[in-house]
Formats: sequence, C-alpha cells, structure tokens
Amino acid sequence: MVHDRTIGSRIFNIVNYSLLGLIALLTILPFIHVVGGSFTTSAELAARSFVLIPTDWSMAAYRYIFSTNTIFRALGVSVLVTVGGTLFSMLLTSLMAYGLSRRNLPGRKYMMFAVIFTMLFNGGMIPTFLIVQYTGLLDSLLALIIPVSINVFNMIILKSFFQNLPEGLEESAKIDGCNDLGIFFRIVIPLSMPAIATISLFYAVTYWNTYLHAILYLNDAAKWPIQVLLRQIVVLATGMNYDSADFTEAAPPDQSVKMAVIVVATVPVLMVYPFLQKYFAKGALVGSIKG
Amino acid sequence: MNEKVVGSLLITKSKRRSEIFREVKKNQLIYLMILPGLLYFIIYKYFPMYGLIIAFQDYKPYLGITGSPWVGMAHFERLFTDPMFWTIFKNTLILFAMNLLIFFPIPIILALMLNEVLATKFKRTVQTLVYIPHFMSWVIIVSIGYVMLSMDGGIINELLIMFGFEKINFLLNESWFRPMYILQVIWREMGWGTIIYLAAMSAVDPGMYEAARIDGASRLRQAWHITLPSIRSVIVVLIILKIGDVLELGFEHVYLLLNAMNRNVAEIFDTYVYTVGLRQGQFSYSTAVGFFKSFIGLILVICANWLSKKAGEEGIF
Repeated sequence: MVHDRTIGSRIFNIVNYSLLGLIALLTILPFIHVVGGSFTTSAELAARSFVLIPTDWSMAAYRYIFSTNTIFRALGVSVLVTVGGTLFSMLLTSLMAYGLSRRNLPGRKYMMFAVIFTMLFNGGMIPTFLIVQYTGLLDSLLALIIPVSINVFNMIILKSFFQNLPEGLEESAKIDGCNDLGIFFRIVIPLSMPAIATISLFYAVTYWNTYLHAILYLNDAAKWPIQVLLRQIVVLATGMNYDSADFTEAAPPDQSVKMAVIVVATVPVLMVYPFLQKYFAKGALVGSIKG
Repeated sequence: MNEKVVGSLLITKSKRRSEIFREVKKNQLIYLMILPGLLYFIIYKYFPMYGLIIAFQDYKPYLGITGSPWVGMAHFERLFTDPMFWTIFKNTLILFAMNLLIFFPIPIILALMLNEVLATKFKRTVQTLVYIPHFMSWVIIVSIGYVMLSMDGGIINELLIMFGFEKINFLLNESWFRPMYILQVIWREMGWGTIIYLAAMSAVDPGMYEAARIDGASRLRQAWHITLPSIRSVIVVLIILKIGDVLELGFEHVYLLLNAMNRNVAEIFDTYVYTVGLRQGQFSYSTAVGFFKSFIGLILVICANWLSKKAGEEGIF
C-alpha cells in the first residue's frame, strides 16, 4: 500500500503512531513496574519514590522467597506438569489430527462433529469433577493433564496443516512398504516441525498457567503448581505461612515479595514468547484456523 | 417394481457396504491412532454430559450417577426461587453486556489502526508488546492488578495521594469490581484479539484503496468504507462465538477477583456452581445451575447463528 502525502494523511499518521505507541507502552508498564518493584529495598518502597526503575537495588525479596522449599516445590510441580502435559497432549493431539486429516476415512465426519460439538456444549464443572473422581485422578498431578489433554483448536490447526501436506509423499512411502504409523512418525512429523513446535508451545504455556484444575482437583498443598502458590501469596498473603517454620530471615516488605513471586511465575512464559511470536507473526496459524 | 431393480439395488447396497468395510480394514492403523484421542473426548467430554442427569436426581456419592434417586425438576424449581438466582443472573448479564459493548469493538479499532501503519518494524514492535499479556495466566494478571491497586503501597493509591486525592479501596469495593474486571479483560485480550482481523484485512484488494484515493477519500474514510466492510463476515462470526460464551465469562478471572466484600456484584453462574457444588457439596443442585447456564448458552448461539444467516451472513454452522 502506498499512501498519498497530503496534510490530512500526515496528521492521520502522527495521531495513529502516537496512539499505538501509547497503547503498547501502557500494556507493558505494569510488567516493568512489577519487575522493578521486585528489586527494590523496603526503604525505597516506604519513601514512596518508586515507580518503575529502582534507585536502590536489592535482592532481598528474592532471597526471602527462595529461602524455603515452598517455591522450589511449586516450580518443580509446574515444570513437571508442563513437560509431561505437553508431551502427552502432543502425542494424543497429533495422532488424532493425522487420522482425521485423511479425507476419505469412513466415519471421519461423525468424529469431527463429535469433537466440535464439545466446544458448543459441555457437561460443566460438577459432572466433569465427578468423572475425574471416578477415574481416580483426584489429588494426583495427572488430574491437571489427562482431563484437558486435547485442545480442540490446537487439534484442528494441526489437522489443517497435515491436510495441506503433499499426498504423493505418503503414497510413495506406502509403495515402499511403510505402514501408516511409520509414515506418521518418519515422514509427517519431520515435515511438520514448525506446526508441531508452535502447538507444543501453546500447550506448554497453557500447562504452565494451569490454576483452575489445580484448585478443583488437588487438596494437597504439596502438589500446588506455581500459579496456586502465587495466588496464595499475593491475594491471600498466607502461602508462605503454611510451613513458616522454614523461615529464618526477617520479612522484607510485603509488596516486593509479592512482586518477586509474580516475576518468578512470569519469566518462563516470557522466555518462550519470542519463539511463539516468531510463528504466529507469520500468520501461518491464522490461515489454518480459517481453512 | 420388478425384481430386477430390487435385485440390483441390493447388490449395490452390499457392494457399498463391502467397499466401506474394505476401506475400514485398510485404515486399521489410522483408527488405532485416533482411538486415544477419541477415548479422551468420550470419557472427559461426553461422560460429563451424561453426568448432567444428576441435575434431575438427588445425587449421593455412595449411590453414584446410576443409582441415585430421581427427583424430577425439583432442583430447577429451587433454582428459580433461590434468592441468589436473580443476583447471579443480573451479574452475569451485566458482565456479558460489558464484554460485548465495551471490549468487543476494541480489537477491531486496534486492528484498523495497525492496518494503517506502513513502517513494518514499528508495527511488529507494537504487535509484539500488545500480545504479551494474553500469554499470562489470569492469576498473574489479577496479581499484578492486586499489587498495583492495593491499599498499602499500591502504586495507584500512592499516585492518588501524591495528587491530593483520597485512597480508594479498589479491591474490596463493590462499585470498582466491574471497571476492574473489564479493564483486565481489555489489557489481556485486546492485542491478541486483533490477529484474526489483521489476517482478514490483509486479504483486501489494494486496488480498492487506489480507487478510493483517486476519488479523494481520506484515510479515515478508506478505513470506514473499505477495510471495515471487508472484515464484516469475520466480525459476525466472532460476535456469534462471543454470544455463545455469554455465560462463560471466564470462571477463573471472576473467581480470582471475587471476595466477601464484592460478592453482590461479582458472583456469576460459574462461581456460584463452584461455591455451592464443591465447597458445600450440593452436587445435584449445582449441576442444575450449571446445566441451566449451558443450555441458555447453546440456545443463544443457535439464535445468533440463525439471525446472522437471515441477515445474509454465513454463520458458523
């Protein structure tokens, strides 16, 4: 698109660019505030001079939160659920997506309808809870993974991707005596790495952010993922107390401890974000959602 | 009808059946690959739908879903006479209206603005930044809101004092719940919401802008008369999906903001189901509440879809 250089157009540009810059800035200011605050000393917070960048740097808040096992345990649980959940979800999702990408598979339409219908209607919280209970997952970390193992959107994106692979490849592999599983693992997966990587990252972020299922299905505080602990510390301000005997240091200001925990729970997502962004910026994902 | 025709019909039927059978047999491994996923949907999506029948029972854990006594519509009758019913109904409706009227247009406007940016680097940077909050959990979003709005040391209250105002207890004040809710929704989803519109906009024929410019149309007019109409069908589809979500306002988000002080305005169907069902153990009654909610949601989607088809748009099914 080439735009004309009239005065109206120039004013439009100036207003548009400034507004967009402002919006982008407002979006990330809270994050900067929290990161800055987590490195501030109690004196600076008390003097109310702190807004974004601390003048008096301090690691006290981090020393405090890492002085017990509580946060390490929660981080460990989250890592375990994220890695295990992503692997399990990817296996189920890609196998099913590949199967359903076969256009002339008898019964394919019915299966697709059954899958999509679950987006429009579901049993709801209590019946799902009862099924999780019946299947023996209550109070097990598996409850954070198995009941949500396939995301319908992710499955459809992968299915569209597989559908667009050239059919000739599979044909020739078949002639060479490769069966469907062999084709899937040796040809389809290697060819689909960009899509597989993107969907894996989406799953990983979802599992890292899991909160709801933890409060629904886990009673044992030792199995809490980081998000539940974060909620306890920030909003209820009790999380660090349930085994407070561990704490030896004097408590630094509440605010910076809370901010430090927020940062710890946020950083892993921010670390994978550039990779995620690389893929969806290309619009490849959106194209397949539409199709 | 003579026998010949009937005979040939029978032959084609059995031929088709054997063809399908052969096709199924050929694809054995494919079915095996679909099976785990299918089992997941059956067990964790369709069994709970079957489990909805406890809304018509007096569910007792030791009797199970199949053995509990039937009570007909008793739980629904209780729901409609529950003094909380109108409160949660109203609260749900208000939050939904805010979502549709306040939040929904924002990504469209933002996408229109981004679409006008020619400097690719600037555009990419803005996009990168505004997408970030979408990947944060609601716990993080609400927690950041919490530390910023807190009464002791929250930046917003400190700024209020600095400029000579009184402190405001945002977190425990009924009248601040709704603005806080919608602001957090906007903050988290505004950027991500633009993606689908931007994709639709990139498909607009550049020749149309060319022609409009020759006719002397300003940039604003071009956006209004060319870009916006060409993404109309996408907007309609997203409105339908949004209406389907009418009663799914994000349990997690509302639950995280909910406290004893703002319960009057913050309690919605989902949080009520959670409190009554899992906290108080009234499984059947809370299932009835949830069922009522999902049922309304389904009806609304069907209506919205029908309306959009009537208006000449595609709809979603």
